[in-house]
Amino acid sequence: MEVIQTEMLTKVYASGWPGMPPVKGLDQLTLSVRKGEIFGFLGPNGSGKTTTIKILMGLMAPTSGQAALLGHPVGDVPVRGRIGFLPESPYFYDYLTAEEFLSFYGGLAGLSGTDLNVRVNNMLEMVGLTEARTRQLRKFSKGMLQRIGLAQALIHDPELVILDEPMSGLDPIGRKQVRDLILSLRDRGKTIFFSTHIIPDVEMICDRVGIVMKGRLVACGRVDDLVSSSLTRIVEVVCEGVEPQEVPSITSMANKVIKRGRQLLIVLPGSEHVEEVIACILREGGKIISVVPQKGSLEELFFSPESAPRHASFAETRG
Amino acid sequence: MGPIGVITWNTFRENLRDKILYNLLVFSFFLIGASVLLGELTFAEPKKVVTDFGLAAINIIGVIVAIFVGIGLVNKEIERRTLYTIMARPISRSQFILGKYCGLLFTVSVNVLIMLSVYLFTLWIDRAAIHIGLFQAVGLILVEVYLVTAMALFFSTFSSATLSATLTAAFYFIGHLTTDLRGIAEKSENFIIKSVISIFYYLFPNLELLNIKGQAARGLTTPLMYQFTATLYGILYAGMLVVAACLVFRHRDF
Repeated sequence: MEVIQTEMLTKVYASGWPGMPPVKGLDQLTLSVRKGEIFGFLGPNGSGKTTTIKILMGLMAPTSGQAALLGHPVGDVPVRGRIGFLPESPYFYDYLTAEEFLSFYGGLAGLSGTDLNVRVNNMLEMVGLTEARTRQLRKFSKGMLQRIGLAQALIHDPELVILDEPMSGLDPIGRKQVRDLILSLRDRGKTIFFSTHIIPDVEMICDRVGIVMKGRLVACGRVDDLVSSSLTRIVEVVCEGVEPQEVPSITSMANKVIKRGRQLLIVLPGSEHVEEVIACILREGGKIISVVPQKGSLEELFFSPESAPRHASFAETRG
Repeated sequence: MGPIGVITWNTFRENLRDKILYNLLVFSFFLIGASVLLGELTFAEPKKVVTDFGLAAINIIGVIVAIFVGIGLVNKEIERRTLYTIMARPISRSQFILGKYCGLLFTVSVNVLIMLSVYLFTLWIDRAAIHIGLFQAVGLILVEVYLVTAMALFFSTFSSATLSATLTAAFYFIGHLTTDLRGIAEKSENFIIKSVISIFYYLFPNLELLNIKGQAARGLTTPLMYQFTATLYGILYAGMLVVAACLVFRHRDF
């Protein structure tokens, strides 16, 4: 079942000044998120991640295209009772205590009485803020605000959780806590859609990833599939007892040849020349230390030439 | 408690914890207290001065609170992005606006009631007459404050806080001059000027209809029919502004 579905979603912002051309924030974005998966929405700043999320949450109307959440068109009010949302760098009512804050959001989701009190207590415990329950949010640190923000997104036990840059500004411990929380939500059958520009976060926890660049979806799929299908795997050969000038044929086959003390690191673009390189090293009296095929990373995909032409063509259409 | 009730209670709580409100309230106590001093300095009708000045203080502070708290109602939510998480809940934009408006109505009502208590206490200390006309005047002040709150809310749905405050203040002052506008329109021989001023007359609220402070200060009672009609007029006008605010807000991008 598709939990999030967008079809040719486009958002054009008016420039605000006469004579200035409009700016495309999103360009025909089509993606789907399946039930029970963690979907990472990856892209650099200004690529259209927040615009997509705003449209999904009904905060902004698309210029064209359609989007649906849990089978209902965005803008449908009752369905929001099944969705939890944490915006980027959230600012909350700082005059409220943590307890009042969660009660307020629980009340908006239709919870009341004992049910609400139980949920508030559970959420405070889950995000480790039970001790701070009577403290006003103005006295919270950034990490604490992020955690209470996550608690408000989950207070009504939603099926779908949408998080906009949930790890931004957090220290490594805070980021790990958020990652663990996202994984535990997935284990409980929830669907999580989160945007980020931090690649390792996506690689570590996401089932699938969508990469958005300048408003366009340039890649979408399982992390493993994306990095193996889109990238040429490199092979790193480490050897000693030879100098670069003694093996000119290897230098011509390799991407890089780096001298590290007594050792030589040879980075090959693929596995086809490995045997030839090893033979050459042995022939020159060298010794093989290691031969390691390197898995591609999302980072490489993120900056790969495959997506660059698409950026260029997009820039042309905008102009 | 439904979503409107939750927003209403939270808005009221937010205002209660706002220090500016208390500062304004203390300032109103000074103004009401100063009326006694002014009365002492007046040769003729010192009690009328005390009564009149106190009513004016309640009116002015009530309107200032309505403008300055009202303009922040929606703007602050957008600028601080607190609106994002609220709109992610099963609550419509119109319900949000209604909740915010009701919360502010509670705030200004409590504010006016506290000022009225201080005012009555001052009159009692000064041995000035306390009569039904004073309550009628404060009743219409409250209606005017509700209307000004609705204006501030309406403007804040599509403009910045500064512009909202300016527009609300302009509407408030013009609203007290509409009777004069009508006089100018009647006297003008230029058709265009006549038409433009007539449009202004019908577009702006006639806030002078809600001003019976002078009569109350003189100890006069206002006919109940007038009180009812003026109240209905003010509430209907405020209702129209709230509906307009909902319509504008429904189509806004954030």
